[in-house]
Amino acid sequence: MEFEPVIGLEVHAQLLTNSKIFCGCSTKFGAPPNSHTCPVCLGMPGVLPVLNRIVVEYAIKMALAVNCTINPLSEWARKNYFYPDLPKGYQITQYAYPLAEHGWVEIETNGETKRIGIARIHMEEDAGKLIHDEKIPVSYVDMNRAGVPLIEIVSEPEIRSPEEGADYLRRLHEILVYLEICDGNMEEGSFRCDANVSLRPKGQESFGTRTELKNMNSFRNVQRALEYEIKRQKYILENGGRVVQETRLWDDAEGATFPMRGKEEAHDYRYFPDPDLPPLVVSSRWVEDIGRTLPELPSEKRKRFIRNYGIPPYDAEVLTSSRALADYFEAVAARCGKSKAASNWVMGDIMGHLKEDKLEMNECPVAAESLGDLIKLIEDGTISGKMAKEVFEEMWRSGKEPAVIIKEKGMEQITDPSALEKVIDDILAAHPTQVEQYKGGKEKVFGFFVGQVMKATKGQANPTMVNDILKEKLGAL
Amino acid sequence: MELHEHTIHSLEERLREGEITSLEITKAIFERIEAVEDRVHSYITLMRESAFESARQSDRRREKGETRGPLDGIPVALKDLLCTKDAPTTCGSHILENFMSPYDASVVEKLRAAGAVILGKTNMDEFAMGSSTETSYFGVTRNPWDLERIPGGSSGGSASAVAAGECIASLGSDTGGSIRQPAAHCGVVGMKPTYGRVSRYGLVAFASSLDQIGSLTKDIEDSAIILGVIAGHDKRDSTSLPEPVPDYRKFLGRGIEGWVVGIPEEYYIEGIDPEATEAVERAAEAMKELGAECREISLPHTRYGIAAYYIIGPAEASSNLARYDGIRYGLRASGRKQLIDLYRSTRAAGFGAEVKRRIMIGTYALSSGYYDAYYKKASQVRTLMKRDFDDAFGICDVILTPTTPTAAFRLGEKIDDPLRMYLSDVFTLPANLAGIPGLSLPCGFTEKGLPLGIQLLAGYFKEDKLLQAAYALEKALPRDQRRPAL
Repeated sequence: MEFEPVIGLEVHAQLLTNSKIFCGCSTKFGAPPNSHTCPVCLGMPGVLPVLNRIVVEYAIKMALAVNCTINPLSEWARKNYFYPDLPKGYQITQYAYPLAEHGWVEIETNGETKRIGIARIHMEEDAGKLIHDEKIPVSYVDMNRAGVPLIEIVSEPEIRSPEEGADYLRRLHEILVYLEICDGNMEEGSFRCDANVSLRPKGQESFGTRTELKNMNSFRNVQRALEYEIKRQKYILENGGRVVQETRLWDDAEGATFPMRGKEEAHDYRYFPDPDLPPLVVSSRWVEDIGRTLPELPSEKRKRFIRNYGIPPYDAEVLTSSRALADYFEAVAARCGKSKAASNWVMGDIMGHLKEDKLEMNECPVAAESLGDLIKLIEDGTISGKMAKEVFEEMWRSGKEPAVIIKEKGMEQITDPSALEKVIDDILAAHPTQVEQYKGGKEKVFGFFVGQVMKATKGQANPTMVNDILKEKLGAL
Repeated sequence: MELHEHTIHSLEERLREGEITSLEITKAIFERIEAVEDRVHSYITLMRESAFESARQSDRRREKGETRGPLDGIPVALKDLLCTKDAPTTCGSHILENFMSPYDASVVEKLRAAGAVILGKTNMDEFAMGSSTETSYFGVTRNPWDLERIPGGSSGGSASAVAAGECIASLGSDTGGSIRQPAAHCGVVGMKPTYGRVSRYGLVAFASSLDQIGSLTKDIEDSAIILGVIAGHDKRDSTSLPEPVPDYRKFLGRGIEGWVVGIPEEYYIEGIDPEATEAVERAAEAMKELGAECREISLPHTRYGIAAYYIIGPAEASSNLARYDGIRYGLRASGRKQLIDLYRSTRAAGFGAEVKRRIMIGTYALSSGYYDAYYKKASQVRTLMKRDFDDAFGICDVILTPTTPTAAFRLGEKIDDPLRMYLSDVFTLPANLAGIPGLSLPCGFTEKGLPLGIQLLAGYFKEDKLLQAAYALEKALPRDQRRPAL
């Protein structure tokens, strides 16, 4: 029997607000334990939450970017469970009435575009963090993260393969980072993903029994975990077994998923509306105002790059992977007017050098305008492509303008025909044997002459002109 | 008349005239406390030193002409679930024994800013769950009128302290009648403002959608004075509302001629003491004489009130009390290696029987599969009860009811019978479910000499009308100079 995987993903994204969702404490990562806390986020007796408006604004941005409907009225709820990192014994979240619903994102699968539905986006507070000292043994709790705002983005169960899952995640990640509402750091946990997976016989409507996968901290691991889990479930079903509904943890080292201990997942969260917070009212006017602040999103940008710059889809994909990179490319292309050359330089030399020097796009030592000028200098024949690489190295090191470097190094091309003719005449005269060979039909020797000309001119001769003049002279001999 | 028998407004006048000082009043109160506290037991914590210091500061302000208003220099008591950073806040529970809050509740800040002298923290049913103050971990409080009887609850200590002269006025909290019921039993005035009128920030939560802070005082004018100080929007409480705070005292003495007083037929229930009914009739007569019209009205969903209340209250409590887990503050059971054991033994040792009962009821009511039948249904009942009141206040200005079905009962009489105990709140909890303001004021005595109270209710944010009617009624009722024989 052929099985079809049914996958739904739940993404938790930490929002980049300055303060926490229900109090004024800082959200900054990496501060000394419990230094960013107050009675409210510590859950002291008698405290009350006060909603941070910026959190709602950021959540609405994301909801609009993935085509969701924003609910004019949504509701805060309490999710009740005991854990030492949860100071109030409940998490404030949204349950029955989330902020936004019914959205979608486009993914690419086998060269085709497919829409993955987004069931809902809601806001909630993050929990603190436990630090275990196995030696004593003792556990400590750090509440700096308690109350850091999160949005949860829940997909419809419309993902049909691990590849689609990974692509869906990349799309969400890219949008969040584009909107500058999440730093997208998967290792620090600011972008987390849980997956629901089940299999069903191909053609069947109803879903099979699902498992929930947790603890995957990279795109690659999400894909690997999904692949593993699909194989595991397939094996069970093909051998007449039944999949157990459970939560399983991905073990990176083992490359496998393992069931979480039963006790930890036997939760009845007893959701109910939080009486401390009035229902959240979002006016259409507010939504419109936020909508106007949305930047061009990566998918639109990609389409525009292909359309307006005539660059290949692959280039557009790479160049729109971050807003800064896309902006840089556009500035280079605008300066030199040669989009494909601009694309090649940005994707090759710029990205390569940034990676090598471990720099971010905004730390790039070569200004987009300077790179544009360099490309222009190649195009108008002032320097050769080969020399341009050398100039670029110098630009990277010193930050100087290409024209300045070329002048300092005396690197302008020789494009004066009479000067080139003189050099060529001298070389032909000095190498009669090779001239004979050429005349005898050994055309390979042509390259030898070009090399000699370049050597004599220290590489500054315009190659096209050298070719033309050489051909003409040799032909006339 | 001795100093401890005075009201806020009479002391205000004597202070203004320079006849006495705040220090003298405060000393007189502490002398009274020494004389009666071992019999009444109104307090969990006394704040003697800081009270004297506040009184001295108040006197210095007065000398310089910098007095801050009617509460400046007046000794008041706080129910022990209002957070104070300079004295423990126990909520009457073992689990918070010796717990020091890192901050002051909003109302405490306001009282301090108004110059009030804080005497201490009063006894209460554990986490405000009870109607007799018998569920306190720190022992029972006795009714000053009859030491064999309960003072009511949960703000029993705040009520007994006012009645016994152990403070001039006090703050309590009212979730289902916890201010009005003990006020009635102790023969004092108890007022629960509109939900959202007074900030709950720093009030340790029992049932967040029902809890409201209010006052226990010797008369209506004092009630108006305290409300004027503690009311108002607080940005730290998203459920407090930005309604302007009127000068409530201005409404006193205006009379109620031409007003319509509603008397709900549903409040004449089986089991109500005829003496309680008679108190309402006395009050109705007095209001008629003041020129008001008494009209029988219907609040048809009243009978579902107790059921709805005992689902919503416990449900919210089960969540609100989850934070007492032994991890960050409060009691922690020792010698537990496993997390689950730590939770279990801490909460088993830290909470009393009534609190556990309500946590279990609430947990059950919110459980998956039961939510719709219980919590959701109770919320719907609540909406219907709100509509009942909306309709009623379309016709009448205030509503008159008994505060409690009976006068104060005996210690131990109902403590083992929770259902009978829960009926104590039958007339008071509809105001909490609807969010409207309510007030209990003394209205005579039973044959046995126990105080009786009657309740007035008004529409949302109509505390001005409520006080206006109550003041008129207070003045019209026959004066009874009886004092508790302590």
